[in-house]
Amino acid sequence: MAKSYGDVRALDGVDLAAPTGTVLGLLGPNGAGKTTAVRILTTLLPADGGRARVAGLDVASEAPELRRRIGLAGQYAAVDENLTGFENLQMVGQLYHLPKGEPKARATELLERFDLEEAGGRLVRTYSGGMRRRLDLAAALVARPPVLFLDEPTTGLDPRSRIGLWETIEGRVAEGTTVLLTTQYLDEADRLADRISVIDHGRVIAEGSSDELKDQVGGEALEVTLESAGDAEAAIAALREVCSAPPELDGVVLRVPVAERKGTIAAAVQRLNDAGVGIDDISMRRPTLDDVFLKLTGHAAEEDEEGGEG
Amino acid sequence: MSGTAISDTLVLAKRNFLRIARAPDLLLAFTVQPIMFVLLFAYVFGGAISTSGHSYINFLIPGILVQTMAFGGFVTAMGIAEDLRKGLVDRFRSLPMSRSAVLAGRTLSDIVTNGISITVMLVVGVIIGFGFESPFLHIVAGILLLLLFGYAFSWVFAFIGLTSSSPEAAQSLGFIVIFPLTFVSSAFVPPETMPAALQWFAEWNPFSITVNAIRALFIGDPAGNTVWGAVLWSVGIAAVFGVLAVTRYKRAVVR
Ligand SMILES: Nc1ncnc2c1ncn2[C@@H]1O[C@H](COP(=O)(O)OP(=O)(O)OP(=O)(O)O)[C@@H](O)[C@H]1O
Ligand SMILES: [Mg+2]
Repeated sequence: MAKSYGDVRALDGVDLAAPTGTVLGLLGPNGAGKTTAVRILTTLLPADGGRARVAGLDVASEAPELRRRIGLAGQYAAVDENLTGFENLQMVGQLYHLPKGEPKARATELLERFDLEEAGGRLVRTYSGGMRRRLDLAAALVARPPVLFLDEPTTGLDPRSRIGLWETIEGRVAEGTTVLLTTQYLDEADRLADRISVIDHGRVIAEGSSDELKDQVGGEALEVTLESAGDAEAAIAALREVCSAPPELDGVVLRVPVAERKGTIAAAVQRLNDAGVGIDDISMRRPTLDDVFLKLTGHAAEEDEEGGEG
Repeated sequence: MSGTAISDTLVLAKRNFLRIARAPDLLLAFTVQPIMFVLLFAYVFGGAISTSGHSYINFLIPGILVQTMAFGGFVTAMGIAEDLRKGLVDRFRSLPMSRSAVLAGRTLSDIVTNGISITVMLVVGVIIGFGFESPFLHIVAGILLLLLFGYAFSWVFAFIGLTSSSPEAAQSLGFIVIFPLTFVSSAFVPPETMPAALQWFAEWNPFSITVNAIRALFIGDPAGNTVWGAVLWSVGIAAVFGVLAVTRYKRAVVR
């Protein structure tokens, strides 16, 4: 898919794929093009180039049919302030043309699921930000659509609501729903997404499962916090045998990539002791998605700059 | 319209009514404001303007009714601009609903509020001396024409609402477009008193034609072709702006 707004190339040839019944996580910094991708896939915005199929339907030529099968919770809650929570959900059910009686039943059920049953009869104008957000998510689920688009669904939710939403999403996925989720929270992508696409400047810069992405940034590493930075050279020398790549030093923290996890800590402690290097802390660390995110998006930007100078 | 288009439109019209019912201050726009206009014009200008053959109040009421109908769609423009800004238009556009229902629901509820305004104004008019000078069926036809004219301008406002960046902008844009039209017309003063260029405009202005038609239907002025002319103008305006607004809605972009 490609999309430009004037000079801004919001999407510059993005390829995405999610098998039925899986969650595709879309990660990227602000302005990467996540919302633009969601808007194209939900028929709200025509793409300038490329094609996309959702639930087997072309987003451009089969849009009316497609809208029956998708649910959207956009980045900003889109709910009517002058209706009650119940009326909002009921209206959405009616506009999905659910059979008679269903809109009411679904509204009641979803208000309960999202902890809004007490507020359901109140005007949305009186809701807090998180409550609106939850109502908006409930609206996306009204018709039990087989494909869900959630644009930063947990932004602004408290930890309890966040976990509640994760469980709801997992429940839908277990029943066969396919989900496209954009998020800034990497723990969320880690927990929910089967595959992750990292996008930046409108391009996919990495793609894979959470584990594959972590492997791309580097495997396991031993993290040693030294008592004194002056010991760094001695420590590096002592650990030469356990390294799988040159260690990196950041203040008093030494990061030593290792090939093998088993027995490494014991061996390292032994060697450092023998060399007389005092240590404060030592642990094995696997890269988190945060590392992946920073490394991929951060470095990409730096390389661009260097390329420009050279 | 298909069955689902009609039911979608009703779902959205109901949403608008609930809003009005819950914000009674909005009702002021449909009731107190027209009364204020009737009283101001009748008593401030009433003595100064001479109208041949009728009392000024009989001359004025049709003009003020038409003007009120033209502005009745304000709520539509502001409501749509607000829906756009709040992202509700995005939600609606992602649903498998009729593409005209959001706008049709708005314009439909305008018919009801316009009906309220007409009733209030006629009652106040009669109290301060307005009298029909025509048969009952003509009066009914006149009221229907007023509603049709108001409906046509609701579509103009729907288009304005979709093209403006905020509810406030929609309001001032609507005002700028429609206010001069209502004044350079036969609504409040006989056009013969205006400079030649304005007079020419006032005679061709759909407002004048509609006002003249209402005068024919309410106070028995010679009708000529004005009634049919007014109907044609309204149908034409509704058709053109209906198409423009729905086309615009389909590609509405927020921000
Ligand atoms: N309507 C628009 N007009 C002009 N530029 C736009 C428009 N919408 C988006 N853009 C630009 O397109 C780019 C991608 O925007 P998009 O909203 O898709 O980013 P995002 O990844 O969702 O960011 P965020 O994490 O902040 O939500 C940005 O540079 C943005 O400024
Ligand atoms: Mg976004």
